[in-house]
Amino acid sequence: MWIFLARRLLQSIVVLIGVTLVSFVSLQMGGDPTYLFVSENASFEEIARARKALGFDRPLHVQYLSYIWNALQGDFGNSLSYRQPAMDVVLESMPATIELTFFSLVLAIGLSIPLGIYAALNRGKPVDGGIMTFAMLGQSIPNFWMGIMMILFFGLYLRWFPISGHVAFLEPLFEGDLATAFSNLPHSIYYMIMPAIAVGTYTLARNARLIRSSMLEVLEQDFVRTARSKGISERRVIMYHAMRNAWLPVVTMIGLEFGFLLGGVVVVETVFSYPGIGRLVFNAINQRDIPVVQASVILLAIIFILLNLIVDIIYARLDPRVKL
Amino acid sequence: MADTTPTQRGAVSLEKGGVIASSRQKEFRRALQSLTTSRWALIGMLILLVVSFVAIFGPWLAPFDPNRQNIMMRLLEPGQTGAADLTYWLGSDQLGRDVLSRLLYGARVSLLVGVAAIAVGGTLGTVAGLVSGYFGGWIDDVIMRLGDIQLAFPFILLAIMFLVVLGPGLVNIILVLGIGQWITYARIVRAQTLSLREKEYVEAARAMGDSTFSILFRTILPNIVAPLTVIASFNVAGVILSEAALSFLGLGVPPDVPTWGSMLSESRDHLLSNKWWMAVFPGLAIVFTVLAFNIIGDWLRDFLDPRLKENS
Repeated sequence: MWIFLARRLLQSIVVLIGVTLVSFVSLQMGGDPTYLFVSENASFEEIARARKALGFDRPLHVQYLSYIWNALQGDFGNSLSYRQPAMDVVLESMPATIELTFFSLVLAIGLSIPLGIYAALNRGKPVDGGIMTFAMLGQSIPNFWMGIMMILFFGLYLRWFPISGHVAFLEPLFEGDLATAFSNLPHSIYYMIMPAIAVGTYTLARNARLIRSSMLEVLEQDFVRTARSKGISERRVIMYHAMRNAWLPVVTMIGLEFGFLLGGVVVVETVFSYPGIGRLVFNAINQRDIPVVQASVILLAIIFILLNLIVDIIYARLDPRVKL
Repeated sequence: MADTTPTQRGAVSLEKGGVIASSRQKEFRRALQSLTTSRWALIGMLILLVVSFVAIFGPWLAPFDPNRQNIMMRLLEPGQTGAADLTYWLGSDQLGRDVLSRLLYGARVSLLVGVAAIAVGGTLGTVAGLVSGYFGGWIDDVIMRLGDIQLAFPFILLAIMFLVVLGPGLVNIILVLGIGQWITYARIVRAQTLSLREKEYVEAARAMGDSTFSILFRTILPNIVAPLTVIASFNVAGVILSEAALSFLGLGVPPDVPTWGSMLSESRDHLLSNKWWMAVFPGLAIVFTVLAFNIIGDWLRDFLDPRLKENS
């Protein structure tokens, strides 16, 4: 167990170094990065001064080492538009994004398991066809367009849901104000329903298909036949024997899904003017606020790597065939 | 028998050619039969044909110049007639440009980006996978770890990071989306190459003194084309979705090139005033195109490997 953990941790560190290297290289790809940090009509003297101040006049390897050193301390420079440390700006937007990503993950996984199993148990029947058609469509609809369509129909036409905004749940929770956090929760969910559906539909559709085919495979295996032949009720066979094995592939995917959902959130937040990291990145792109874009991307990558590490450990615990 | 005359050899190879040709014909017939009996695959193929037709002949089909602005004709509803008795079948946008014409031109960009990015990513990934699987050792380690690092980023974030610095543009977006896909191909090709390099016919090629290049590209590659086509089909769908998302964020192609994603981006500002046509039609175009590629991918997978058949 400890050897596995140490090895996985080491791998994650190597990947993290790679992540910083990639983001450093991306900065250098457009030529002299100084131009990204000064206004368009800056004079030569101002550019030269900025180059020196930002350290872009030093050799590349020195720049990279100091980049890593600063990154380790969470220092990505000052935001060009907010005039405060980029990481602080990003961290402020983080809780809202985590709320939305987590909620869409719960929604997607929570619905895909019963849908996939139901389709598998009714293989070939119209209901199976219906679920699979829905799944196929769900994998073909761009999440941001789905958001726009929901705004038009459920927001503006039926007026069932708010088309923008957010009620904080995690922020008061982190501050220890439990009463506010939990009184906010229903409103928070109400505001998140449309964005979460937009973000989660793709994952829901893909997982429903994955669970269906995994369940079909498991149902044909010997241990299920043995369980049935022992006279165990069909319900128990499905709930205890088949399901436990059928959702393993889903657990493996959860870490990756979270990363995928984070990517989706970035785009969908802009549609719903949701005050998370996605809208921040969108605005930073438009204002060419490079430190904020870099800090956001790296922070999201770190979360993604850590989650995958945790998922690997959970997976190894769930499936005894995987040796720790 | 070793002493065959040139004519005999020619006859043998002709005969062999005939066998290959007839087996190819058989395979083609089987594909055609499977395609026509599967309702979904037929629908997918039909949509794809229509989109390809539009992508090629768009400029001749479009009633208007997609970039011609006409402020007098802005935000017309679908079916309204403008000046010179020309009808805006799908309405007009905030600058008075015809939505239908922009949609028809947009098909070209979406398909071009989809196919070109897959060509870039597929070629890079295939070469990397072949080299990685065939040579193994440290080359394999380096290539696969590079892939791990790339997979540590949610792809859209990686694309955002590069495009913010490089700036939007058709070539940039094709390169970024293409490079984003290489590892998918590299992993599959590597796994296949690992098992194929031990096969007798590869050993035979080696024993006959074929060059490494020839073994990799003439002996191994043709045997792994089938799984690659399946992945490519799904991948085109994914790339079209990513392109739309990046264009939506303002990181796609320049504003004078109409794309479905940028049309959706422009529609955002007019949602509150209920100019629904600006959002509905480009979105539907993306959905149908992506759906077609997904359906074809499913069908190809079932056709090439019936054991994996999912939707019976």
